[in-house]
Amino acid sequence: MRFIFKTDYEQDIRLAKHAGHVFWYGALGVLLLLSPWLLPEYWLAQLTFVLIYSVVGLGLMLLAGFTGLFSIGHAAFLGVGAYTQAVLSNAGWPFPLSLAAAGALSAAVGVVVGLPALRVKGIYLGIATLSFGFIVEEVLARWESVTGGNAGLHVKAPSFVSWKLDSGIEFYFLCLAVVVLATLAIVNLLRSPTGRAFVAIRDSEVSAQSMGIHLARYKTLSFALSAALAGLGGALYAHKIQFLSPDQFSILQSIDLLLMVVIGGLGSVHGAFLGAIFLITMPQLIALGKDALPAAIGQAPGLQSAIYGAVLIGFVMFEPMGLYGRWLKLRTFFTMFPFYRRGLFKRQKSFQKSERLR
Amino acid sequence: MNEVLLSVQQISVRFGGVLAVNKVSFDVRRGEVFTLIGPNGAGKTTVFNLISRIYTPSAGGIEYDGRDLLAQAPHAVAALGIARTFQNIELFEHASVLQNLLIGRHTQRSTTLIDDLFFTAKARRAAVAAREKVERVIDFLDLQHHRDALIAGLPYGVRKVVELARALCAEPRLLLLDEPSSGLNVEETEDMVFWIDDIRREFGITVLMVEHDMSLVSKVSDRVLAMNQGEVLALGTPAQVQAHPGVIEAYLGSAGDLSSLRREAA
Repeated sequence: MRFIFKTDYEQDIRLAKHAGHVFWYGALGVLLLLSPWLLPEYWLAQLTFVLIYSVVGLGLMLLAGFTGLFSIGHAAFLGVGAYTQAVLSNAGWPFPLSLAAAGALSAAVGVVVGLPALRVKGIYLGIATLSFGFIVEEVLARWESVTGGNAGLHVKAPSFVSWKLDSGIEFYFLCLAVVVLATLAIVNLLRSPTGRAFVAIRDSEVSAQSMGIHLARYKTLSFALSAALAGLGGALYAHKIQFLSPDQFSILQSIDLLLMVVIGGLGSVHGAFLGAIFLITMPQLIALGKDALPAAIGQAPGLQSAIYGAVLIGFVMFEPMGLYGRWLKLRTFFTMFPFYRRGLFKRQKSFQKSERLR
Repeated sequence: MNEVLLSVQQISVRFGGVLAVNKVSFDVRRGEVFTLIGPNGAGKTTVFNLISRIYTPSAGGIEYDGRDLLAQAPHAVAALGIARTFQNIELFEHASVLQNLLIGRHTQRSTTLIDDLFFTAKARRAAVAAREKVERVIDFLDLQHHRDALIAGLPYGVRKVVELARALCAEPRLLLLDEPSSGLNVEETEDMVFWIDDIRREFGITVLMVEHDMSLVSKVSDRVLAMNQGEVLALGTPAQVQAHPGVIEAYLGSAGDLSSLRREAA
């Protein structure tokens, strides 16, 4: 077991809490930097998708996992970012500018969606964001002069003056840079007053308010930041997939995104990444396992959705803390070996929450 | 000492057909411990929620430090120097004690969103400064052992103290305590008496509290206001209020009731 002896307040602020963090995250960084030369092209493309979805996942994690606001229309922000990026880069904008514009426009749309969020809670917020998702999908399909409608839109490779990022490796590094910056931003937020205000709103609105937290301002901010990250992810997605059509940003995509953060583990930054890995590798695993199954099951349509559904139900029932929670338990098991007990992570049911101040 | 900090004037609040608070007036003087007592449903917590602007009164006014409190938004009350605790504990359950206390310092935040996003040198300095203040409160309330514990795993008595600590972290001038001793054992209640006394004496914070435990009330309060069914019964020193016939009747029923009960039983 590792005991951390604290002698300085800075120690609690630092990102790497001990030598183990430095070593393992360093190793992960080196691995990610070398992976274009370690992985075959197909797997590098999949890894790029994992990075792109991680950016979106970070945004949704901030909103759903840390602020407690569930969005069932997050694909709309992804769509806004993707189409902004597509239109601007087709118009010849350099990619740093168009990426910033995609993020900013999504954030602006996020503020608009965030406004009703100040009035509605829980399931009603879900319905509001869901219908917003439909509206955006419809706009993308109907606004043919800009989006190309259902016929779709081709996206040029990102470019910066004369430098064109048309190889998979260059684009992979662009995604990696965006992911690292987005992660740092989220982690920084979470160790500062803004992030703590989000957590406060998630856990008790009435108490957050009496601590002086402006609920409307922080909820809108959370929506804006979350949408900006989804927009950035969308912009990268547009380049990766190279062809956009409105049906890529339907409710199914929104559900996939929500699935990603729930399975990854709500309320943990790691969860966004684990969820993205799950979301990208699962179809591959299903495709691999298909042939081993009897034809009646293996070739059945909707097999993937059924498996996704079953996995989600499984997680909600047996591991509400998601993949990250499972990892925490596993780690605790080994660090405490042989003293781990089953009930260690069991949360006591509490009935003390005030019912009066809703 | 006799300067008025909070002045509640003729406030009433109606929930549908229920008149929860009816024309209640009282003044809280700077530096005193002022206690609201009364049987369940007397409207004590409602008065608290009116002061912290969770409810808006149907009539009457509240003045704090020469300002009209009712003109303030609910989140702006904290910035004026009013901090509170809740009867049923409203802590941030899935955060550590330290994080809860740091959230208590929200009104004192000096960083902008940009500082926070990039965690600039300014944000770092602010974080360390906030931590120093929080550590002082931790030291004052003996919470060192629980610093990194999640609220969800703490026993009730400790949560109660953490909530008090969180309110203190805001460096308030007026502290509203809603039943600070409910759910605490004898020893913890004695600690609470000691702390409330110290909060007033050392930090010069004015305390307004709702409390049922009369031994705690008479030990720490300067003045006591007794309420029943939304109305003021009596106001005075703890001894005066305890001896007031109206208060005794509200808690125990009148002598007339008792004799009629005896007659029925006979």
